[in-house]
Amino acid sequence: MSRPEQIAPPEIFYNDSESRKYTTSTRVQHIQAQMTLRSLELLNLDPEKTHFILDVGCGSGLSGEILTEENQIWVGMDIAPSMLATALDREVEGDLFLSDMGCGVPFRAGTFDAAISISAIQWLCNADSTTSEPKVRLARFFSTLYAALKRGGKFVGQFYPANENQIIQITSAAKVAGFQCGVVVDDPESKKNKKHYLVLQAGHSDRPLNLGNMEVESTTPKKEKKMSKKMMRAMETKKEYIHRKKELMKRRGKTVAQDSKFTGRRRKPRF
Amino acid sequence: MKFLTTNFVKCAVKSCDASDLSFPLKYEECELQLQEHDFNPEFLISMLPRLNWDAVVQVAADLGNTSLPSTKPEGIENNEQLLKDLHSLLLETQIINGKMTCRHCGHIYYIKDSIANFLLPPHLANS
Repeated sequence: MSRPEQIAPPEIFYNDSESRKYTTSTRVQHIQAQMTLRSLELLNLDPEKTHFILDVGCGSGLSGEILTEENQIWVGMDIAPSMLATALDREVEGDLFLSDMGCGVPFRAGTFDAAISISAIQWLCNADSTTSEPKVRLARFFSTLYAALKRGGKFVGQFYPANENQIIQITSAAKVAGFQCGVVVDDPESKKNKKHYLVLQAGHSDRPLNLGNMEVESTTPKKEKKMSKKMMRAMETKKEYIHRKKELMKRRGKTVAQDSKFTGRRRKPRF
Repeated sequence: MKFLTTNFVKCAVKSCDASDLSFPLKYEECELQLQEHDFNPEFLISMLPRLNWDAVVQVAADLGNTSLPSTKPEGIENNEQLLKDLHSLLLETQIINGKMTCRHCGHIYYIKDSIANFLLPPHLANS
C-alpha cells in the first residue's frame, strides 16, 4: 500500500497533476463517497435539519459534495492549494479555507454542530519540517476543534494509521483535549478494505453517536481497578478463607461439615 | 466566503486565543458578490442563537452596509420578510476578494478567489 504521507508534505504532494488525478479517479470518488456516508451515519445527525459542519482536509470537495446533497451547510479547510483550486473549478457550495490543521481550527467557540474529516488526520503524525512537532500539532488541532464545536458536538474522522502507535497517539491527544473518544474499525479482517474511524464527542448530546452497541470511552477515570486474585487472598480473613475452601470442596463433591454460627470461630481458651 | 462565516472565523495565531480582539476580524478592500442559495428558514433559526450580533453589525459596517439595527431583531421566527433579508445577507453575500486583519496581532489574512488563506508564517505557527 502506498502512503503519500511518507513521500512529501501534503501541500507539496498534492500538486496540480496529483490533485487532478485524485479528483477524477472514479475509484477514489467511490471510496471517498462511501466513507463520507459512513461518517455521516456514525455522526447520527437529525436528517430533517440543516447543520453547520466543518470538513477538515476537504481537499477537492469530494466529501463536501455529499454534504451538500444531504442539505448541510459546510466549511472546508485544507492545506493543499492545488486541491482547493480543483474544488473551486468544481464549484462546490461550501466556504474554502487554506489552512493548516496543525496550527489549529480558526473558529470561535461553539461554531459547528459537527465536524468530519476524510483521510486527513494521519498527516498530523508526520513531522514535515524541523519546526513541527507532531505531538504539539495534534494537541493544538484537537483543543481548537473541541472549542469550535458546540457542546454535544461530534466529530467523525476516517484516517489511515500507519501503525498501532499512531492510533494511540491520536486518541490520547483527543482525550487530553477533553473529548470522549473511540475508534471504529470497519472490515477489520480485510487488509485492503479495513477502515479506521475516529469518533469524538464533546460533552453530552441528545443524539449520541450511532455506534451500534459500542460506547465511547469517557475521559473521567474509571473508579477503581478490580483487585487481583492475589490481593484478594492476602486481604481475606480466616473466616472467609474457611468459607471459601468449604465452598470449593462442596463443589468438588466432598462431604463438608455444615456451616453454623461457630464456623471459623476461635475456641474458648481452657486450662 | 459567505458572510455567515465571518461571524465565526477568528485569528489563528495561538497568542491571540485569549484575546477578545481576535474576533471579529477587520475586513478591508472587499469585493462582494451575490450568489443565489436555497432559502432555508429552519437553518437560519437554528443559527440565530449562535450569531454574535455585534460582530454582524461591525463586519457589515466594514463592508459598507450601515443600515443594520444595532440590537438583534426579536421575533424573527415568524417574520418571513426579516428571515429573507437575513438569508440574503448571511448566505448569499459572498466575499470574493479582500483582506482581513486581526485587531490583536495585526496579521493580515487575504481572501483570493473566495478562498481565505489562513496559513501562518513559521514564526507565528509555533508560538
